[in-house]
Amino acid sequence: MTGFLTLLHKEVLRFWKVSVQTVAAPVLTAVLYLLVFSQALAAHVQPFPGVSYVSFLVPGLVMMSVLQNAFANASSSLIQSKVTGNLVFVLLPPLAPIELFGAYVLAAVVRGLAVGAGVLAVTAWFAPPTFAAPGWILVFAVLGSAILGTMGLIGGIWAEKFDQIAMFQNFLIMPATFLAGVFYSVHSLPAFWQSVSHLNPFFYMVDGFRYGFFGQSDVPPATSLAVVLATLAIAACAALRMLHTGWRIRH
Amino acid sequence: MPAAIDIRSVHKRYGSFEALRGVSLQIGQGEFFGLLGPNGAGKTSLISIVAGLNRPSSGDVRVMGHDVVADYRAARRSLGVVPQELVFDPFFTVRETLRLTSGYYGLRRNDAWIDEILGNLDLSGKADSNMRSLSGGMKRRVLVAQALVHRPPVIVLDEPTAGVDVELRQTLWRFVRRLNREGHTIVLTTHYLEEAQELCGRIAMLKQGRVIACEPTARLLGRFGGGTLRLRLSGAPLPEGVRALLAGEPAADGRIALRLEDWAGLEPLLARLREAGCRIDEMELVHTDLEDVFVKMMADAPAPAGAEVAEASR
Repeated sequence: MTGFLTLLHKEVLRFWKVSVQTVAAPVLTAVLYLLVFSQALAAHVQPFPGVSYVSFLVPGLVMMSVLQNAFANASSSLIQSKVTGNLVFVLLPPLAPIELFGAYVLAAVVRGLAVGAGVLAVTAWFAPPTFAAPGWILVFAVLGSAILGTMGLIGGIWAEKFDQIAMFQNFLIMPATFLAGVFYSVHSLPAFWQSVSHLNPFFYMVDGFRYGFFGQSDVPPATSLAVVLATLAIAACAALRMLHTGWRIRH
Repeated sequence: MPAAIDIRSVHKRYGSFEALRGVSLQIGQGEFFGLLGPNGAGKTSLISIVAGLNRPSSGDVRVMGHDVVADYRAARRSLGVVPQELVFDPFFTVRETLRLTSGYYGLRRNDAWIDEILGNLDLSGKADSNMRSLSGGMKRRVLVAQALVHRPPVIVLDEPTAGVDVELRQTLWRFVRRLNREGHTIVLTTHYLEEAQELCGRIAMLKQGRVIACEPTARLLGRFGGGTLRLRLSGAPLPEGVRALLAGEPAADGRIALRLEDWAGLEPLLARLREAGCRIDEMELVHTDLEDVFVKMMADAPAPAGAEVAEASR
């Protein structure tokens, strides 16, 4: 247990020591999105009855920041350790695969929640949020960041160079989050793209999270929860399997 | 009492390249053991397998009786490894680094021992410096300290003195010798043969993934007993019968080197030189050192492919 807690502590310290870059910068980015999109679109779009576009956009931006930062935390920590070689410091000690998994993923959750809370706090000034079902907010934030932390771990194990991580991020994570209904309700899409959106697990993370704010969503939150839990289980099994076999880290 | 490190028929393949071709070695508890070989002989591959950083393609390795794959927790707790690469985590100070490493090994309050290690490696003054700000030699000391935080009974040092100044070398060897006296098993790989000769009680030599020798240091040196006689002669040319003993070409100043298998041959040799009319202007006796043995072993050992054929035809 001490080994796991130490690695978790180290992973949290790692981003906290450079929090201007790892927490403040993503908060600023989200606020810029809010300013630009609300200016451009507020007059044209009303996604849910009785909910302004700016209010609708805030949870989407919060969740997008949570997800992207959770991914970035695990993946960049691993790839940095691999490239600089200091991954041996966690490979030499008697840390079990489940301990490595737990520490990297939980640290990613902490970073995701820290950035999410920051975005929420700043954007509240533009659009005071409502909290229809706060429990769902927390559940989806934690599970969503855990999924992305796990994907970051997988990406970090797979990649051997920084540009491979960038590829993973730019061609998989970014499109999946952008097309998850962060900026729009999928109900506003043509039927074909609506059904495509329903194949994207990120959509359920954002939709369930948004339900917690408005008590309204595109699909019922229990459905989203089921999809999110299944996604987490699959990703976690894959990551644990990789750690167990030592694929790409113990040659 | 289990061996400190027990390596049995370990093979390691990277694609079609075979880095280790059936290595077996038993290193007893309390030994100071040297692992020598040219670059690419498989030293680091072997150490990585012992440390659990790599997995063997076949064969098993035990550390203090614990299998490094099946019982990796106990095996890794028994082992401290100083990696060859100068790696560090730039986010932390020296003390933070050592506290984290202690924690990874399950140790919570370890500062008394950390302070002792820091003192012994002349690092106390740098405890609160960030790793980034340290010189290469200082970073190397921190790597040594990290390998020792959990007081492992077996300590492996993979070329710890490569590119390190004399002062650190001496500090390091003083400390490692002390640890060995206190009962720790030490395994050392090095390119500095005089270091191995001075420190190690037993030495294994690796060539192209095979152990070509594994003996007590004194016996290994004894296998190539005698030494070299360096002479500057005048008066008459070297007699025909002595030419066979010549080691290499004469030096620029005319000095020659003659190999002697045994010091008992010294007096007869000198007598023959006098009979031939040679006058000895200058003479120097040089004992065989590990460097000579190493060079000779590496040149003599059968090529591994040939060895395989020989085994197969038996």
